[in-house]
Amino acid sequence: MSTTAQTPSATPRKILVLGATSGIAEATCRIWASQGASLFLVARNGERLAAVAADLKTRGAGFIDTAVADLDDTDKHPELLAHAINSLTGMDIAYLTHGVLGDQPEAERDFNTAAQIIHTNYMAPVSLLTWLANFCVQRHSGTLAVISSVAGERGRKSNYLYGSSKAGLSAFLGGLRNRVDREGVTVLTIKPGPTKTAMTANMPKNEKFADPESVAESIVSAIDKRKDILYVPFQWQPIMFIIRNIPERIFKKLNL
Amino acid sequence: MPDPIATEEATLQVQAPFESWGRYPTYGAKLLPLHWQSDFPAVTAGLHNGALPVGMGRSYGDVCLLKDGNLLVTTAMNRLISFDTETGLLTAEAGVTLAQILDFAVPRGFFLPVTPGTKYVTLGGAIANDIHGKNHHIAGTFGRHITQFELARSDGSRMLCTPTENPEFFSATIGGLGLTGLINWATLRLRPIVSRKIDYEGIQFHGIDEFLDLTNQAKDIEYTVSWVDVTSTGRNFARGVFMQGDHSARKDDLTRSAKPKLIFPFEAPGFALNSLSVSLFNTAFFHKQIHKRVVALQDYEPFFYPLDKVLHWNRMYGKRGLLQFQCVIPWEHAKEGTIAILQAVAKSGLASFLAVLKAFGDVPSPGMMSFPKPGITLALDFPIKPDKSFPLFQRLADMTLEFGGRLYPAKDAAMTAPQFQAFYPQWQHFARYRDPMLTSSFWERVTQNS
Repeated sequence: MSTTAQTPSATPRKILVLGATSGIAEATCRIWASQGASLFLVARNGERLAAVAADLKTRGAGFIDTAVADLDDTDKHPELLAHAINSLTGMDIAYLTHGVLGDQPEAERDFNTAAQIIHTNYMAPVSLLTWLANFCVQRHSGTLAVISSVAGERGRKSNYLYGSSKAGLSAFLGGLRNRVDREGVTVLTIKPGPTKTAMTANMPKNEKFADPESVAESIVSAIDKRKDILYVPFQWQPIMFIIRNIPERIFKKLNL
Repeated sequence: MPDPIATEEATLQVQAPFESWGRYPTYGAKLLPLHWQSDFPAVTAGLHNGALPVGMGRSYGDVCLLKDGNLLVTTAMNRLISFDTETGLLTAEAGVTLAQILDFAVPRGFFLPVTPGTKYVTLGGAIANDIHGKNHHIAGTFGRHITQFELARSDGSRMLCTPTENPEFFSATIGGLGLTGLINWATLRLRPIVSRKIDYEGIQFHGIDEFLDLTNQAKDIEYTVSWVDVTSTGRNFARGVFMQGDHSARKDDLTRSAKPKLIFPFEAPGFALNSLSVSLFNTAFFHKQIHKRVVALQDYEPFFYPLDKVLHWNRMYGKRGLLQFQCVIPWEHAKEGTIAILQAVAKSGLASFLAVLKAFGDVPSPGMMSFPKPGITLALDFPIKPDKSFPLFQRLADMTLEFGGRLYPAKDAAMTAPQFQAFYPQWQHFARYRDPMLTSSFWERVTQNS
């Protein structure tokens, strides 16, 4: 009758969560909280962050601390990360989940909107990961789990700003993994398909939309297994294989 | 929170069907998911046509529907806020489901104070329908175990409601069908358990007299409910199985439940449920229990939630859906009323399996519009047959009225405005506490022409 989600690991893990009020992050943290993990949560909206923190504390997190921060502000990253790791007294996992879908039609008209999407989804994670990777390399341990997207696999007219920012992030993570794997550091690239969260609240739903809870279970398990790349739900791996291999002269005519 | 930059066009596309459990009636509505306590009333800015908070859509008829309106879907508002292991007081956002509460509470040695026959309902929905369970004769309704909640109104105000603070809104919101405001969070008193197991006993009976005897003998047993065969006449009229149980007092397993794996995969064709298949089912169910008396130590899942094992079991009723009929007949006319209604049902040949009989206790319901009152409650399903189901339903509703009883709005899709207003004469007083933005297809239906 029991599920793995309830089994506490031998030593409670120390986990830094960047973008902790996102739907997928929250669902993942609930699993870790029920295992008694120590969590440091970062998000932009203090009221929401407090609601998430109270929930995780109630569910059994061994330790919770929070910081309200706008992760777009890359200048503040070193200070924020040092503070978080100090509060956690170490770090086993850094989980980067923040990102924006952005307004694609507006980004087609206005470069500033486009640049903002790229900054939030690409520049800010690169800044965070540069610092965090160096921290982990020094200690020859740690996992960097980062949410990218299947949307990064091929540019489509409906969301190519979001998609290209995630494509950049996926490529960055591949390179980073290639660099730090030999140092004992794990990099997990997470590629969720569309998930029922606040980010997609205004999109028409269909059966393809995954529940954040099942996405979160796959993420926790992939981190435990030190996987490199996770498509979640797994069906997206063959789907994206096909989509990547449609010839461009056909692809450009499709409405995707 | 929904994307603030979403265009009106994008929002309009969110027309995913929101069905009630009976899948009748079906109406188009705009779905607005709420993710945070601050989302209401913010998300309704600029909207017209009224709104209605909804949860899992497990009520059968139209109390969770709003034709051409806006449904505020609360299921993503499902955070826990605090839990006191001394008192069992759990505070949580209103969109948390009872299944999620059980997953949290059971491994900690706690259980719901009152549970309906499905765990897939939200905390907010359980309050709004002031639901009841197999322990009504001891514990009363769900609302009895709510100590406080926060009510958000469409004017932006927020009210703490307790039996002593804003007591009229406390009473109007419990059983208030979601019409008094959005419940942001609530505090529920859980009860301690030491095992997942239920000490179960099932006893066959023939007729209402035997049912009443068994009810009397089981006064001190926490959970009692009966399945009754509503298809048989003559010697087998009102035969059934009386099921009773207590939480096992022997320390045992307290792990959380596994997820259900069975899903009813398609809509059954209209002919699948006919009088022959239904009476075969009823005979089989009766004789499944071969002995007059069966004693067992049973897990709480099959005891409380036998149908939750098959997700979407309502698809069995096909595209037309099902009607539920649930009445309570006060003790004064309980026996004659129940017999008369059962006879009318048996004669019609329209009822299906799953007729449930239970005695309500005299613990007062806290809600202004709560359904339970002392007496016998009878609940049954009808597959919808357009020409026959509704006339029968009207006759049963009128009989209920004659016997001084009333129907349960959470199950209803068919009572008329005059019937509702006779069942709930306090409805106009209740209406004073309704939020002007909030309404439902049920409310529009039963308050029309007045």
